[in-house]
Amino acid sequence: MTEIATSSLVEWSRWQFAMTAIYHYMFVPLTLGLSFLLALMETLWVRTGNEEWLRAEKFWMKLFGINFAIGIATGLILEFQFGSNWSNYSWFVGDIFGAPLAVEGLFAFFMEATFFAVMFFGWNKVSRRFHLTSTWLVFAGSNISALWILVANAWMQHPVGMEFNPLSARNEMTDFWAVLGSPTAMNKFFHTVTSAYTLSACFVVGVSGWYILRKRHMEFARKSILLASVFGLFSILATIFTGDSSAQDVTRTQPMKLAAMEGLNRGGHGADFTLIGIPCRDEALPSERMRSVKYGITVPKVLSFFGYHDFDAFVPGMEDILNGYTSHEGVTYPSVEQRMANGRLAIDALRAYKQATDAKDEAAAKESLAVLRENYGDFGYGYLNAPDEVIPPVTLVFYSFRLMVGLGMLFVVLFAAAAWWAKKRQFDRFRFMPYFALFCVPCAYIASQCGWIVAEVGRQPWVVQDLMPTHIAITRIASGWVVTTFWMFAVLFTLLLAAEVGIMCSQIKKGPKGN
Amino acid sequence: MEFLTVLKPFWNLYYDGFSHLPRWTKTVLAIVAVKLAVMFLVFKMLLMPNYLNSRYETDAEKGEHVLQQFISKP
Repeated sequence: MTEIATSSLVEWSRWQFAMTAIYHYMFVPLTLGLSFLLALMETLWVRTGNEEWLRAEKFWMKLFGINFAIGIATGLILEFQFGSNWSNYSWFVGDIFGAPLAVEGLFAFFMEATFFAVMFFGWNKVSRRFHLTSTWLVFAGSNISALWILVANAWMQHPVGMEFNPLSARNEMTDFWAVLGSPTAMNKFFHTVTSAYTLSACFVVGVSGWYILRKRHMEFARKSILLASVFGLFSILATIFTGDSSAQDVTRTQPMKLAAMEGLNRGGHGADFTLIGIPCRDEALPSERMRSVKYGITVPKVLSFFGYHDFDAFVPGMEDILNGYTSHEGVTYPSVEQRMANGRLAIDALRAYKQATDAKDEAAAKESLAVLRENYGDFGYGYLNAPDEVIPPVTLVFYSFRLMVGLGMLFVVLFAAAAWWAKKRQFDRFRFMPYFALFCVPCAYIASQCGWIVAEVGRQPWVVQDLMPTHIAITRIASGWVVTTFWMFAVLFTLLLAAEVGIMCSQIKKGPKGN
Repeated sequence: MEFLTVLKPFWNLYYDGFSHLPRWTKTVLAIVAVKLAVMFLVFKMLLMPNYLNSRYETDAEKGEHVLQQFISKP
């Protein structure tokens, strides 16, 4: 079997995409969550007439604007990469992605751009209610934009509602509502946006904590902390709830990702959840990609509960998936070796179909198409060289998952304590609280990135689950070209991030206007 | 003409807004302008053209190319 691309090209293309996606997602979550807090503050101002809420809104709107402006269009770099580095992939998924991304473009442009202008420039030019409506619509627009992007991402994790067209080599959408309403899409959307709200709440509480430390703008800071910590507490609880639904979805649709998150080599009924441990290489394991978790602290049966809300449910480990298993629902999955054979059958059938249609041999084309359809679910396995290639990098996924969950628990403590003491107007009484709040700002960004690492590294080797492995997705171009653009992107994004942090810090130092 | 009358308040909103920008906002907008120029002129047009669009004209040709990639593998 010949390689379609060198491993160096595959790795550099992956690194480039990962780096730009990470930078892009530095900007996105604050926009999603802060827009809600702005709308909330303005609503409080309109309803109570308390000018402190207006002052707070105008200040946070300034930081929102900086983040929005610097971050805007950074996602387009990812789209450029689809076209240049991932042409096979973008063609393969094009029809599915076309509709959601077109709707996203329309929403982002018309809704956000129009009401964004009213929100920033419309003070004293439009009525209070119209301005408030515009602020809410900016929130709705940004979150609906996120919905379409996440629907597209969820489709890659669990492809549904489509049929492969062997003539055009494209997946064509057959059921828009199946794509939009897939449980994977809904879980991904709600988990991502609620975690973005959590990050935004951490940002507001942390920056306000800095004013408390400096004993500046105390009333503004107290009000911001109270509102953001209550919002943050609801958001982090919703993130935990949606995380639970996501875990169940991953258990059903991407069991290998769950096994990697847990470092679970052999599954079983009543599987234990590992709180913490050290994944290590172990010669005794059947694959060098597997890790053995040493010094693990486990909670009995909890992994089964997370997966199926049943303490005795069967959860497969990596070895079970490699060798074939029967799931908790009673579905039997063949071994990876068998799925590789099915995949090769599908690829052969695709080749035969192409030859038959070129030769206008309808009977042969029909026969090949039937074989292709029957084995299409395992199409991507046909490109694998060894069964254990389906195991993602366990160590990175294992630690990222624990860091994300651990920091999530830290945010529960932060918001609960901040809301409690802010309500009693005692936030500034405890010196450690503002420091704690400040510490949580970078932690929120780390947790957010860890979540994406779990989602995206955890699904390797697939760019489209079971259908397209990463090395088939890329364009055969010189790897030196990808290396060059990698460093150019790295410089561009680092400068943008430095500009954002610099301008934000200078505006934070100035503080809100008045009083 | 009626269409222009409807658009006039929007135009005024943008015009007034952009003509009374504080200094920091002008800095942010300058960064955005440079960023977009670099992204579209340098990256999109020079360094990262769409591989299929730059080599093939029709969807059929693009599909044929990708199909060959898929079936030439094993």
